[in-house]
Amino acid sequence: MSDWPADIFAALKALDVRQVAYVPDSGHARLIRLAHDDPSMRAVKLTTEEEGVALLAGAWLGGQRGVLLMQSSGVGNCINMLSLTRICRFPLLALVTMRGEHAEFNSWQVPMGAATEAALRLTDMQVVRAESPHDAGEIVQAAARMAFVGGTATAVLLSQRLVGAKVFVP
Amino acid sequence: MSAQLERRAVVAQMLAQRGDMAVVSGLGAPTYDVAAAGDHDRNFYLWGAMGGAAMIGLGLALAQPDVPVLVITGDGEMLMGLGSFATIGVQRPGNLSILILDNELYEETGAQPTHTALGVDLAAVAIGCGIADAQTIRAADSLAAFAARARRLGNAPAVAVVKIAPSSAAKALPSRDGAWIKRRMRASFGLTDA
Repeated sequence: MSDWPADIFAALKALDVRQVAYVPDSGHARLIRLAHDDPSMRAVKLTTEEEGVALLAGAWLGGQRGVLLMQSSGVGNCINMLSLTRICRFPLLALVTMRGEHAEFNSWQVPMGAATEAALRLTDMQVVRAESPHDAGEIVQAAARMAFVGGTATAVLLSQRLVGAKVFVP
Repeated sequence: MSAQLERRAVVAQMLAQRGDMAVVSGLGAPTYDVAAAGDHDRNFYLWGAMGGAAMIGLGLALAQPDVPVLVITGDGEMLMGLGSFATIGVQRPGNLSILILDNELYEETGAQPTHTALGVDLAAVAIGCGIADAQTIRAADSLAAFAARARRLGNAPAVAVVKIAPSSAAKALPSRDGAWIKRRMRASFGLTDA
């Protein structure tokens, strides 16, 4: 079976990502562990996702690349802070694990999950989706190049089918 | 104690011998105060992104560990980003200082009282978040000591809540071209791309 979180980690390493800001999500759990275990990366635990938008702006000011890991509910928390990204043209890279789609048991996740892609597009972020474990790493690497080399703020939505839906009730 | 300092004098004193320090200013009056003290390649002025000043300072401090980073913001802006104290308290960079100009008012929007006028103690919140070096300042000598601390590389972050008087200082308006201010600061670190 493909180890797609390790592939994403390798893509981030290849693009010299140094600050990994996150609000945890089970879909990001392995990636977060890998970031914490890597001495060349600084994993920064956030209390809310918009902190990460601001953190990574500061990181870029100081010459470091970063990535923001969150689940789709966190995108809603970021909206006003993304004006910083847009007005200053910061090359934000965000990896968003999707909730509220494929086989979602918790209906409370559906409203923000359904609005996630449109909300990101409204803030001028480019949005790409990763659906398969076989190319998730490649898609993240391409998005990271768009951000850090091209200067385009980009979000990768990691689909719930890829990440795996939580099972509360059999 | 009700002694209050004057905001422009506070900021001028903080930046008088700044050396290679980088400064992030919160939207509204703190941005005008920092501009009034003199424009600088290492000033990053916010005109929006309320609640983000301290986190921008954290990202910058982690990226440039040998450069002192000072965030200058207001009580209202800090209240919107209270969680940043917790995040900074976990990361604990020794080159990050936060100066909160606390007039206990949302002065920009009609002088409505903030939570700090009604019992909320920002220094106590910072201490509770693991930032041990946090204090409320009402006197010029304490401010001088904090200014010296902010210019040094220490072992942990420092926070000062400076009680200031309401102000009628004229607005000093720096550039609103965020992309240019960004590139200017990056160039000061020898970074040329984007």
